[in-house]
Amino acid sequence: MSLRPHLHTPSSPHIHDTSSVPRLMMTVFVALTPAAIAHVWYFGWGLPIQTLTAIVFALGGEALVLKLRRRPVAPHLMDGSALVTATLLAFSLPPYAPWWIAALGALFAIVVVKQLYGGLGYNPFNPAMAAYVMLLVSFPLEMSTWAAPRVVGGTPLDPIQALSLIYFGIPPASGLDALSMATPLDLVKTQLTNDVTLTETFTEYAHLFGDFSGRGIEWIGNWILLGGLFLLYKRAIAWQIPLAMLGTLFVVALVFNLHDPDTYPSPLFHVFSGAALFGAFFIATDPVTAATTPKGRLIYGAGVGLLTYVIRTWGGYPDGVAFAVLLMNMAAPTIDYYTQPRVFGHAPKK
Amino acid sequence: MAFEPTAGRPLYHFHGGVHLPGHKHESTRLPIRPARLPKILVIPLAQHIGQPAEPLVAVGETVLKGQLIARAADYVSAPVHASSSGTVVAIEDRPIPHPSGRSAPCIVIETDGQEQWRWRKELPEDYRDMDPSHLRNLIREAGIVGLGGAGFPTAVKLNPLPGKLVKTLILNGAECEPYITCDDMLMRERPYDILSGLEVMRHALQAETCVIAVENNKPQAIEALRQAIRARSLTEVEVVEVPTVYPAGAEKQLIKTVTGEEVPSNGLPIDIGVVCHNVGTASAVHRAVTLGEPLISRIVTIAGGVAEPRNLEVLIGTPFHDLLEECHGVPGTLDKLIMGGPMMGVAVHTDAVPVIKTTNCILAVTRADMPLPHRGEARPCIRCGRCYDVCPMELLPQQLYWYARAKDLDKVQEYHLFDCIECGCCDYVCPSHIPLVQYYRYAKTAIWAREREREKADLARRRFEARQARLEREKRERAERHKKRRVASEGERQAKILDALEKAKTKKRTPGADDGEGDGA
Repeated sequence: MSLRPHLHTPSSPHIHDTSSVPRLMMTVFVALTPAAIAHVWYFGWGLPIQTLTAIVFALGGEALVLKLRRRPVAPHLMDGSALVTATLLAFSLPPYAPWWIAALGALFAIVVVKQLYGGLGYNPFNPAMAAYVMLLVSFPLEMSTWAAPRVVGGTPLDPIQALSLIYFGIPPASGLDALSMATPLDLVKTQLTNDVTLTETFTEYAHLFGDFSGRGIEWIGNWILLGGLFLLYKRAIAWQIPLAMLGTLFVVALVFNLHDPDTYPSPLFHVFSGAALFGAFFIATDPVTAATTPKGRLIYGAGVGLLTYVIRTWGGYPDGVAFAVLLMNMAAPTIDYYTQPRVFGHAPKK
Repeated sequence: MAFEPTAGRPLYHFHGGVHLPGHKHESTRLPIRPARLPKILVIPLAQHIGQPAEPLVAVGETVLKGQLIARAADYVSAPVHASSSGTVVAIEDRPIPHPSGRSAPCIVIETDGQEQWRWRKELPEDYRDMDPSHLRNLIREAGIVGLGGAGFPTAVKLNPLPGKLVKTLILNGAECEPYITCDDMLMRERPYDILSGLEVMRHALQAETCVIAVENNKPQAIEALRQAIRARSLTEVEVVEVPTVYPAGAEKQLIKTVTGEEVPSNGLPIDIGVVCHNVGTASAVHRAVTLGEPLISRIVTIAGGVAEPRNLEVLIGTPFHDLLEECHGVPGTLDKLIMGGPMMGVAVHTDAVPVIKTTNCILAVTRADMPLPHRGEARPCIRCGRCYDVCPMELLPQQLYWYARAKDLDKVQEYHLFDCIECGCCDYVCPSHIPLVQYYRYAKTAIWAREREREKADLARRRFEARQARLEREKRERAERHKKRRVASEGERQAKILDALEKAKTKKRTPGADDGEGDGA
């Protein structure tokens, strides 16, 4: 046998499991599918069109910046992260917002929040949430016109109707009335501001409310929860963050609800309304912008839950998940610094 | 924390670890067989941790099997013996299995095929009557080092420092790396050798209890050991089945699993009353103490892309290519050749490197059937924290990576870089495929280099300061000497003057008496 003098000599380990960043992103994508189908069932074809619009602009924007930064375009585009950001943003938008809302949001998320900070892994803020907040602050009207779900008198639009409305502003024959409705959080907030008690609100608008929260909307929440459990099962996300976030939201809401049930809605209403479940499983768990130590993740999640409650209850906006996530993003490095785990063979920290 | 997989001893859990495809059965189908005698033996002088051995033979000299050919250079060192009889044809630098791919001094022996032994040492009396220090010497002279991988001189590890009590002697038969089965086969086929070596070690250490720890994926080995223990009616020796999770066989993790205690950072197992040896080392100790044989062969697993994976009993110094050939070669294109397992093994640059005392496995990696997946392009870290989840040392690998990449050598030590055992778990699970361990090795090397630089600078500074101090001192002393001399001469002058005055006075007082005296002087 001849001697082989030039074999590869890479550093150990020489094997790797099957995980990869694109796979992780695909898992998130799969986990969102049931909720997306439910979304289409209740609201019509708005979400797929918003998602496609956001994806096109996200990928286009990313390709452009990568070119300007002289980075290889294909491998970064193919990692799936822009796809996930665009999809998460689309989920947060009113289903029939004009197309430029999704386009602008996607460009802002990818170009400003992600790439200008150095691309995947370097952005301190959650791109989808930063874009959502930017849109909410800049275009409050477009961002707060939510559609009514099927079960409470809404008429889900078919693809053609949805496309005409989103892209050309042509309303369907049935009119726009059924397409604009306040979200449960919004309704409750407005009523409370007008000194209407919760009991009165729930009686007056009984047809809009299901078991815990808005009819239809709470069902999408169920599918989000299912997707979230799938992510946990696949170990794609850290369990500490959703647990701490929803747990804190629940407990704080419970305390206030027990104290004054006419002013403070029930904990289940809080969990199943707005972006709580979506935020807990799909937004706050974004590893790049969250805390990474086990204890840190609990603190981070609890912070998001608490801030969500505070903003919903005493803030100027009906929902507070996006703001809460961005605020905790800022705190994440500090949390990580102070929650370093004890290393094997070292004395416990005092 | 404690759980009990089998009756008896409670076991403890260590953080993290990964479940790896074992690939063990491929090489356990055939029994151990002595490898063919190679034409050339290449025996490196440094096969262990510590100082390289010093050669005792010259080129052209004939040597006998088992003859001492290089002596230990230091306390932490090990002698080297001829693995077979023949002629020394060269003492020169040859490629050795080392991550740097470097060459190092080796004694090259052309074998004569006679396998003629040196006179067998007078077998010592029963080891039980021997003083532990005498026993350690015997083991030291046999050139035994840890056969599990690190290659630390065994005699040193059999010497608990004064005042340290050994509560538990653990024999490590976990063998948690994929592909490697040399310890498994040894335990299956030669349990009595292991037990005999264990008893010698126990005597040398005066250990209270002994535990043989084996991963529960080796039922035959466990059964063989248990039967042998029963047959020899040994007491205070227990075979413990530890869960199969990598790196269960890493010393610190194994000690935690068995005793529940953690070896302190910067400390040694003996600090918590534990000593840990590999089962193969125990077998070598048995051969040294009861048969008088030095360490000249070991069992090596030849696995991966070879046509016939198996375990061979190999003479130290046998080139890798002889063994690959004996396993009917590597069908397909050989891509990598690894000494050790796929997680911590060293990729060697040529198949001419020899088997050394720490070679437990030769893993042939081919491009064709690719038993080991190739690493994809590295992507940026997304801080997912999986690396922490699997780290058996409970470090924060992504932080270590971050600071190693930034070359922040102080920060990386603050995050306890030197507690990293380089097991590779973080690297294995990283979804971004970042070569994490490589970064840690780089950082460690950079820190060592910096320390050396600092030491050098310190030495230079100390030298400079010493010189300054000396010059200062000399100057001061010179000045003092001058002053003294000046004072002295001043005193002398004064004294002379006084003297003269005195004389003048006396002259004046007694002019007559002075006449004869003064001039006559």
